[in-house]
Amino acid sequence: MAQSKHEKIEKNVFLMIVLTLLTVSVGGLVEIVPLFFQHSTTTPIDQKGNKLDVKPYSPIRLVGRDIYVREGCYNCHSQMIRPFRAETERYGHYSVAGEYIYDHPFQWGSKRTGPDLARVGGRYSDEWQRTHLINPRDVVPESNMPAFPWLDRPVKDDIQAKMRALNMVGLHKYSDEEIAAAPAEIEGKTELDAIVAYLQGMGTALQNVR
Amino acid sequence: MADFISGFWNMYVMVLVALSILFCVFVLVANMTKREAGEVKLHGHVWDENLAEFNNPLPRWWLYLFWITIVFAVVYLAIYPGFGNLNADRGQLSQYSTEMKVADEKYGPIFAKYGEMDLMAVAADPEANAMGQRMFLTYCAQCHGSAAQGAKGFPNLTDNEWSWGGEPDTVKTTILEGRMGVMPPFGPALGGEGVKDVANYVRSLSGLAHDSLRAQRGKDMFDQNCTACHGADAKGNPMLGAVDLTNNTWLYGSSESTIIETITNGRQNQMPAFKDFLGETKVHILAGYVLSLNKDKK
Repeated sequence: MAQSKHEKIEKNVFLMIVLTLLTVSVGGLVEIVPLFFQHSTTTPIDQKGNKLDVKPYSPIRLVGRDIYVREGCYNCHSQMIRPFRAETERYGHYSVAGEYIYDHPFQWGSKRTGPDLARVGGRYSDEWQRTHLINPRDVVPESNMPAFPWLDRPVKDDIQAKMRALNMVGLHKYSDEEIAAAPAEIEGKTELDAIVAYLQGMGTALQNVR
Repeated sequence: MADFISGFWNMYVMVLVALSILFCVFVLVANMTKREAGEVKLHGHVWDENLAEFNNPLPRWWLYLFWITIVFAVVYLAIYPGFGNLNADRGQLSQYSTEMKVADEKYGPIFAKYGEMDLMAVAADPEANAMGQRMFLTYCAQCHGSAAQGAKGFPNLTDNEWSWGGEPDTVKTTILEGRMGVMPPFGPALGGEGVKDVANYVRSLSGLAHDSLRAQRGKDMFDQNCTACHGADAKGNPMLGAVDLTNNTWLYGSSESTIIETITNGRQNQMPAFKDFLGETKVHILAGYVLSLNKDKK
């Protein structure tokens, strides 16, 4: 019997690898690669093309962001408001891609045990955030969020190395002066200060747009 | 939605999508072999002396499932965005604005009706209060509590005691514009003993247990340092958010140690503004709800 068509592929491992790679990459090539060449996914603009006030994280907020990651906040909190009325009524304007260009990596999360935090900036006072992080039950008796009392300790962080690393991998362009001034900005701050600074800056670019 | 930096990417997506579908069709057609009459053929390879494999065609019903996916893909691309810029106006954002429009048509008139009503009339309306309560639970309960009972540093809204004034319009302004409450620290000015004396005097104003000797000494210091905001009669000043110290209602706590902490370090807290986020009408209904919680008090 003549060699069947698939026998040719089955008996040539290299050809099989090439064809497999081609097949599995089609989805990414069609759905992901074009996003690298879209204005709305690579520059800070909203869905109508208006410029958004999105800046790279200041040193203190950068430290706060890493604490957010370290404590695993993303396990229970998302940072992505979807364009559904039920979400925008509660949280504010739906999230747009341009807001995340300095999030490296982004903290969209995938599960909401707690509420979405994409626009939590300015929604509560600093005082509330502090009380709530140290013991959520002090302000929200029904809350099932864990307490984070140990955050009230000094920040220990090699902030300059972090900023230089982000310059290499992200869209950030921290200048030498900014990097040189960074340790002074976090000097004497507690982790609580840092994470509150991070939270209070979240989603403010489209905070009060309906 | 697609705002590519060049038109090339629309073509790129369209070509790859079309090629993928055509390729799937090709693979399917190539495998729609018919069963030939006579004996079933073998694949040709034999293992372990006599293990061979039939070369039957793939089951029809199974292949038809793949045809259905192709039909689905074509119909989907004809209706929804995906094929370059085709149907770009039927994406999630247009669905969202439709959803918002439908909701506005349905709920807009209800909100408008209460938005025009007098605040006290809103406070007396059960339907408005039911709406207000739901909004309160969404936007306000995190600080003021689900029953508006407040928490340490966050005022109870049901006791008819108001830091910033309880007039209907004032309550609405508080929600609209927010408030920034600042009590400066007096620790350095009064000294440790002085703070303790004033704390005892403050407790005496509400009739709480206190050391009368200390309270007496504290009164002078209170008159010099505290009356500018809290008033000579210590009844507070709603213009400044300075609380009434004689009513035995405590924002941060009435224990001597808490009062000492308050006087020594001062207090600072903020009510965020909700004007831009919620809009005037919703705040109107919320203010009505908050007022309704207090209408039977005093």
